[in-house]
Amino acid sequence: MGRLAHGGTVLATAAAGAVRALVVPRRRRPTTGPDRRPARWQVVTVDRPPEQVLPGGRWPEPLRPLDGAVELYLRPAPGGRGTELSARPLGGRPELPGMAAHLVGDDPGLLIRETLRRAKQYVETGEVLRADRSRLDRPVVRR
Amino acid sequence: MRALCWEGAGALAVREVPDPELRNAADMIVRVRRSATCGADLPLLAGRTPFLAAGDVLGHEFLGEVVEVGPEVREHRPGDRVVVCAAVSCGSCWYCRQGLYASCDNGSTMPARAEAAWGQPTGGCYGHPSALGGFAGSHAEYARVPYADVGAFTVPEPLDDHRAVFASDAAPTGWMGAELGGVRPGDVVAVWGAGAVGQLTAQAARLRGAARVIVIDRHPERLLMAELHAGAETLHFERTDVPAELRERSGGRGPDVCVEAVGTEPDGAATRSLADRLGDVGRAERPLAVREAVHSCRKGGTVVVLGTFSGFVDTFPLGSVMQKGLTLHGARQHGQRYIPMLLRLMARDQLTTEHLATHRLPLEQGPAGYELFRDRADGCVRTVFAP
Repeated sequence: MGRLAHGGTVLATAAAGAVRALVVPRRRRPTTGPDRRPARWQVVTVDRPPEQVLPGGRWPEPLRPLDGAVELYLRPAPGGRGTELSARPLGGRPELPGMAAHLVGDDPGLLIRETLRRAKQYVETGEVLRADRSRLDRPVVRR
Repeated sequence: MRALCWEGAGALAVREVPDPELRNAADMIVRVRRSATCGADLPLLAGRTPFLAAGDVLGHEFLGEVVEVGPEVREHRPGDRVVVCAAVSCGSCWYCRQGLYASCDNGSTMPARAEAAWGQPTGGCYGHPSALGGFAGSHAEYARVPYADVGAFTVPEPLDDHRAVFASDAAPTGWMGAELGGVRPGDVVAVWGAGAVGQLTAQAARLRGAARVIVIDRHPERLLMAELHAGAETLHFERTDVPAELRERSGGRGPDVCVEAVGTEPDGAATRSLADRLGDVGRAERPLAVREAVHSCRKGGTVVVLGTFSGFVDTFPLGSVMQKGLTLHGARQHGQRYIPMLLRLMARDQLTTEHLATHRLPLEQGPAGYELFRDRADGCVRTVFAP
């Protein structure tokens, strides 16, 4: 139980310039400097006890790409539902409001949520479900 | 391999596509023997579903023979004849452990798309776009089956393919409709829609002891089937006042349980009520059968929604739900919960389904088979393909 923070890179908001045009200026908060408020936690509930979610304090494989970019928090879920696994980016809120960031595919919350889901799937089922390969990636072969 | 592919709105073609392959250790590959059309395919066919791409293979209700298994598959081996649940579910998450398989947390490869559409990701479904997993459909010579030990069930001999294939989707959907409705001995049950799901809901209600089962549709041949195979009374909704008829047949109380099994509304249905004729027929769908079910149901009764409404509905009688204290249920089928029991009922001839396969065609006639099914032409209830 407890907080497992890994210091490191703040998730990028690379398309910031492209997105500013989408934002109504009157609604934006003053941009005198970076927003230092902490970002929102993204949370999944994993149907396993905490010691199986982070065995020995180790991050499950699907979470490792976020090492250094997020802090993790976990606690038992109420009602015997397993473990609430939370993550949020280090370094405060991204510059863009959620919908604008989402529209250009630069939403750290979405990326973290997807990664948490893969971690949950890995812990619960033993692997991450893989999509069918695209037709472009493989030839037509008769069985 | 050959497969029936969506080519664009209203257009299908049988094409050569790559064979499926094992992508996860719990996968298996099935050679498809029978694959049925379903009303849930019609919004896809019409091009009303986001993220469906030209070349995607349709179909989700199927039965076949195992040809290859992944290293983690324990329950099946090559040569087994299996029926595969249309819902892709992991069997390991909290929802699956509660028996809510269609709500599985791990049944999709792109859960964020379902989250955008419905607020939460749901389990997957074959032959649907990425919001429901992005798995190729079963109208093909072969299909990949993820979580094979959870979603595939050995079909007992000598159960006929054309009976057992409906254990994949229509039969569990119908059974679940009766179960969610809490049908008990002595109940009056009304079912809107005499397609495969409606007829199997009626059979399930009968098996659970309902005193009267009333099926509502406008296709005489379907209504006749409901009478013959489900022991139901029937109403032709274009020839009678359905709510008044239901009041009369339920002692003025209204049915205890009302099940909507209509699926996609047919073209032109939106003008059935005065409200629709006067109002703007915009983009929102009119849930006509659900409205009638809510209006007709007895106070404190239960309304179950089984049909596939792809998005938003308009003019929904919410006030009636509150004033009458109704319980409203909806779900995609949790087939893994019911399929073993349904196969036993089928093997004992207590549940019959083969009459629903009114048109049995080779896969090469896929486009024509869907045209028959979509238009309810030639008495078609379901087209079943043999790849």
